[in-house]
Amino acid sequence: MHPGASAGAAAELARLRAAGQPPLVAALSAVLPPQALQWREEELAPYECDGLTAYRERPLCVALPETDAQLAAVLRVCHALEVPVVARGAGTGLSGGALPHRLGLTLSLARFNRILALDPLARTAVVQCGVRNLAISEAAAPHGLYYAPDPSSQIACTIGGNVAENAGGVHCLKYGLTLHNVLRVKGYTVEGEAVDFGSAGLDAAGLDLLAVILGSEGMLAVITEVTVRLVPRPVLARCIAASFADVRSAGAAVAAIIAAGIIPAGLEMMDKPMTAAVEDFVHAGYDLGAAAILLCESDGTPAEVEEEIDRMVEVLRTHGATRLEVSADEAQRVRLWSGRKNAFPASGRISPDYICMDSTIPRRRLADMLIAIEQMQHKYALRCANVFHAGDGNLHPLILFDANDPDQLRRAERFGAEILELSVAFGGTITGEHGVGVEKLNSMCVQFSAAERAHMLAVKRAFDPAGLLNPGKVVPTLQRCAEYGKMHVSRGLLPFPELERF
Amino acid sequence: MSAAAPALARLVDQVQGARRAQAALEIVGGGSKRFYGEAPRGEPLALRELSGISSYEPEELVVTARAGTPLAELEAALAAKGQCLPFEPPRFGPHGTVGGMVAAGLAGPARAAAGSVRDHVLGVTLLNGRGELLNFGGRVIKNVAGYDVSRLMAGSLGVLGIICEVSLKVMPVLPASATLRFLLEERAALGRLDEWGGRPLPITASSWCDGSLSVRLSGARAAVADAVRSLGGTVLAPALADAFWTGLRDHHDEFFGAARAAVAQGAALWRLSVPHGAGPLDLPGRQLLEWGGAQRWLYGGAPAAAVRAAAAAAGGHATLFLAEDRSAGVFTALTPALARIHRALKAAFDPDAVFNPGRLYPGL
Repeated sequence: MHPGASAGAAAELARLRAAGQPPLVAALSAVLPPQALQWREEELAPYECDGLTAYRERPLCVALPETDAQLAAVLRVCHALEVPVVARGAGTGLSGGALPHRLGLTLSLARFNRILALDPLARTAVVQCGVRNLAISEAAAPHGLYYAPDPSSQIACTIGGNVAENAGGVHCLKYGLTLHNVLRVKGYTVEGEAVDFGSAGLDAAGLDLLAVILGSEGMLAVITEVTVRLVPRPVLARCIAASFADVRSAGAAVAAIIAAGIIPAGLEMMDKPMTAAVEDFVHAGYDLGAAAILLCESDGTPAEVEEEIDRMVEVLRTHGATRLEVSADEAQRVRLWSGRKNAFPASGRISPDYICMDSTIPRRRLADMLIAIEQMQHKYALRCANVFHAGDGNLHPLILFDANDPDQLRRAERFGAEILELSVAFGGTITGEHGVGVEKLNSMCVQFSAAERAHMLAVKRAFDPAGLLNPGKVVPTLQRCAEYGKMHVSRGLLPFPELERF
Repeated sequence: MSAAAPALARLVDQVQGARRAQAALEIVGGGSKRFYGEAPRGEPLALRELSGISSYEPEELVVTARAGTPLAELEAALAAKGQCLPFEPPRFGPHGTVGGMVAAGLAGPARAAAGSVRDHVLGVTLLNGRGELLNFGGRVIKNVAGYDVSRLMAGSLGVLGIICEVSLKVMPVLPASATLRFLLEERAALGRLDEWGGRPLPITASSWCDGSLSVRLSGARAAVADAVRSLGGTVLAPALADAFWTGLRDHHDEFFGAARAAVAQGAALWRLSVPHGAGPLDLPGRQLLEWGGAQRWLYGGAPAAAVRAAAAAAGGHATLFLAEDRSAGVFTALTPALARIHRALKAAFDPDAVFNPGRLYPGL
């Protein structure tokens, strides 16, 4: 870009911000107490980014309403002034979904943090959106119940954010995603009108709008309250760590476990570089000579677990496991998991920066993908360590780089984009559980056709005609895709032969 | 996909033709659930030609089938690999199709334990009202790329577009099963179900009617055997148990037979969906409870307003499942905010109101 043009754009942005902030602050001051409104530069700084720290913006101001009435009033003000609204939970998202809008309001839901009801007989909890994921399970524990989805950020992330992203975790294959564990979402339309999606029962009248609200990344409505399903905590869980001499046999073992009719509570894979990184961090005693390690968990009654562990051990053995460790007690189980749960911080220790990818592929392509990533490491001259939710084909390659070197950042981003493109070509998807946000906008051009993207934008307009809720996220514009210039990879039932592109 | 291309091309032509003529189309699979919803309208658009399982990989737990594929064909293919549709969709006769199953969104006895039809939809190929073929979702279990349009199709009764092909998550058939029977009054039965629901028991179906509670346990052999020992009750012979749950699933047991006879005499069969933990509903007529009390069937002469009020008071909703007179509206009315979103979505998917107009709600 011409230097003059970018200086001009920056000046124009500054002018727009200076013009937009006073009327917004004035109007919000009329509906919020002073402590619920922040707009000075030093107050805005903490909201600049979410878990995707490479992208930063400052909003015009931050509202922290404490009541439904205040929240509805904030939305009405923004609607009247046509100011974009970006809802924010704990800010732990990894795809920039809560990245502020430079001419918008960041709506922090941090103060909606109460558990409103917990009904052990109905096995439900009604919680405000700012309640942390783990806090729900802690509150349910005295009743022998818990909330099943467990994203790795569960200590910090909020249920509202989990709903916005349709968050997963390591137990999805058996216990489902957020989608399968939420009954009802209450919230507000962009106009500030109260609305309920789903019901306290198992279904609701009309179209299943709850299904589309889940994972909509704050673009269709603002969520304030969530009714979640609680499930009985299994009596026992045990874990197997299985070593493999090559990634192909590890991948084949994953497929064989599923083909044997077993649905493990958890089924995770780590490659050799990742195992080395986490072993150095947690000292769990992992097999450092293995090309891949599988962690297979079984839960249920003691008799049920014993039966399933035996069956899994048998499958793993016949598929070439070179070493098997079965947890004998809870301490050993926790130790086996400790490395997997610390994969991200461990990567942070061996590299100044990393990009975490999140695509999903059919399980049978796991080994193909690992081998392709191996080759990409040479192509981009960067290292990559891999952890997979192998049971559901969800990959988390961590591309290691140094952000102080602009060329490394550029190579890391291209490396990531190539993994996503290959994932789509393998019949998978660019994001399994982290969301599109701003991070994967370009890759959406690869996965979806222009008509499909236009249709998604039409869905957004049905909920948000003025396009004020988290605009610019998830669905890229036609122009952006044209600039990105990547061919859409057709999936499923192809339209017509003449439109086939490969 | 070349096998499906001619049938798809014809479908697109029919949709474009209907748009030009400002005509309505009634999307028809096997016709087995034609009774469900508001009265069908429009020129029939048959999906029978768009048939066949396009991919099935048991080790991926995913099957992809075209809309007109007979449900029986799909279930047979899964059974051959020891897998199943865990939500046990009802089969109202032999001709039901995969597309109809998704569009109706009805699930059977296992719903409370295994999840709904929507919970198992992974992706669809959709033909919208502009004649565009669109893919949403995919063939993998975890997928949050873009809005989840594919799951919105489950239970949409065809008002948004034509489901041309659908990918579903399937599960292994559970290795062991046992059915227990208890003689209990309604309140006591509901109390028992609520208590058991909070324990790690492998309950996959439950049903109460006329003072008799039936509970199905399925899972690992050891887990089922443990639960049978700890719960008590009378163990039903396996053949009787299978017939019982199949009859309930497909609505050809004694209760639903009697309900249809009553409907022929002017009564109504209602389906009430209420939260777990809701107590007995005091309504005239005969009731059958499923899903741990979360689904209740009722037939008799209760006025529609009373049924809807009772469901709403319990925190749920009521559907006029089968009745000659459907003037009370089949589905519970939407709040103004939801009604507005429904209309806007209909306009986004089907701007010329070609597909199944009025089948879900009048005017939609």
